[in-house]
Amino acid sequence: MQECRIAAEDLGCRRGERVLFSGVTFTLAPEEALQIVGANGVGKTSLIRMIAGLLPAWSGRVERMGDIGLIDERHALDAAQPLRAALAFWQRIDGPADDQLARLGLAGLADVPLGYFSTGQKKRAAFARLIGQHAPVWLLDEPLNGLDTDGAALVQQLADEHCRAGGICVVASHQPFALGGIARLDLADYAP
Amino acid sequence: MIGRLWTIGRRDLVRLGGRRGGAVLPVLFFLAVAMLYPFAVGPDAPLLARTGGGVIWVAALLAAILPLDRLIEPDIEQGFFDQWALRGISEEALIAVRVLAHWLSFGPPLMLAAIPASALLGLDGAHLRVVELGLLAGTPGLAALGVTIACLTVGLRSGAALAGLLIIPLAVPLLIFGAGSLSTGGSSGIALTGAASLVLVALAPFAGGAAIRAARE
Repeated sequence: MQECRIAAEDLGCRRGERVLFSGVTFTLAPEEALQIVGANGVGKTSLIRMIAGLLPAWSGRVERMGDIGLIDERHALDAAQPLRAALAFWQRIDGPADDQLARLGLAGLADVPLGYFSTGQKKRAAFARLIGQHAPVWLLDEPLNGLDTDGAALVQQLADEHCRAGGICVVASHQPFALGGIARLDLADYAP
Repeated sequence: MIGRLWTIGRRDLVRLGGRRGGAVLPVLFFLAVAMLYPFAVGPDAPLLARTGGGVIWVAALLAAILPLDRLIEPDIEQGFFDQWALRGISEEALIAVRVLAHWLSFGPPLMLAAIPASALLGLDGAHLRVVELGLLAGTPGLAALGVTIACLTVGLRSGAALAGLLIIPLAVPLLIFGAGSLSTGGSSGIALTGAASLVLVALAPFAGGAAIRAARE
């Protein structure tokens, strides 16, 4: 897997007039994982987007090495397209990938338009997109939302395998996320 | 990089002009205006021939406004622009591709529809030629303007309505030069339309890209 590293230094976030957190510092090397926890509105999603480089840091900086894969509430899969075609679009951009549909519990749904998918099925489809990206850094924003028990277990297993293969995993979730050796970062500790 | 943009451009084109009626609605709207106008002003052939070209231009401008709300907003909402940014594809390149796809989805269809429209309005061959050349020069500018405005109004409440209002004053130069070329019958008006178009096409990727990045915050 591609070499990867994430280093956040003294990160701060301001939304509107409110400072959500400041002074967040951590370093992640391959095979390391971090769970960002905290109550709703504490800035978990903002931190994830800062790590991804989609939101400019209000203070501090982030160093990233390696491609970044992101799962959030927006799955970037065309609702009008059948699952297979929607994933094929990303494969043409990311390069060919093994068929993971059976493993993700989507085997019978390849020809069904995503508009008919349930919340959990869409999440599973988003993970198919993420796996196909082959990115060493996974940023998962509330990855367990909408998934059933089997799905949640599968996602935790996928994240575990990803870390073992030399990847980095950052999870923002208020739910417990079972991953060997995962570090916890409670954003409430960094609130002003 | 080019391969990725090609893939994205093909998707844009399917989404904007494809089976789901993307290109059909503006063309039907355009033809409806050309059909209704003679009913409204009466069957005075010289009057229709004199004003018909201007009506075609106004109809083209309004038809270009129709797909504005589908140009950018859905892809922001579904996270496509975020995912492309993570893969290092610049917003400027994405917007340039989208301008091209948007133009392909309404420019050539409008130019085809201008042929029956000019027949409905009683324009002669010389006038039709000027209209077609003017549309060829002007519609890329309309496409660039539409995409830019769509980027700027992303995430605003009632953004679509606002976009429609914003595009009208900005499109006035294109309309003046484009429709003006009909009365002078010359190439100077078409050249000025093309110049205004080129400026808009050149600016759109940078203005649109900056607007999309700003909308993330």
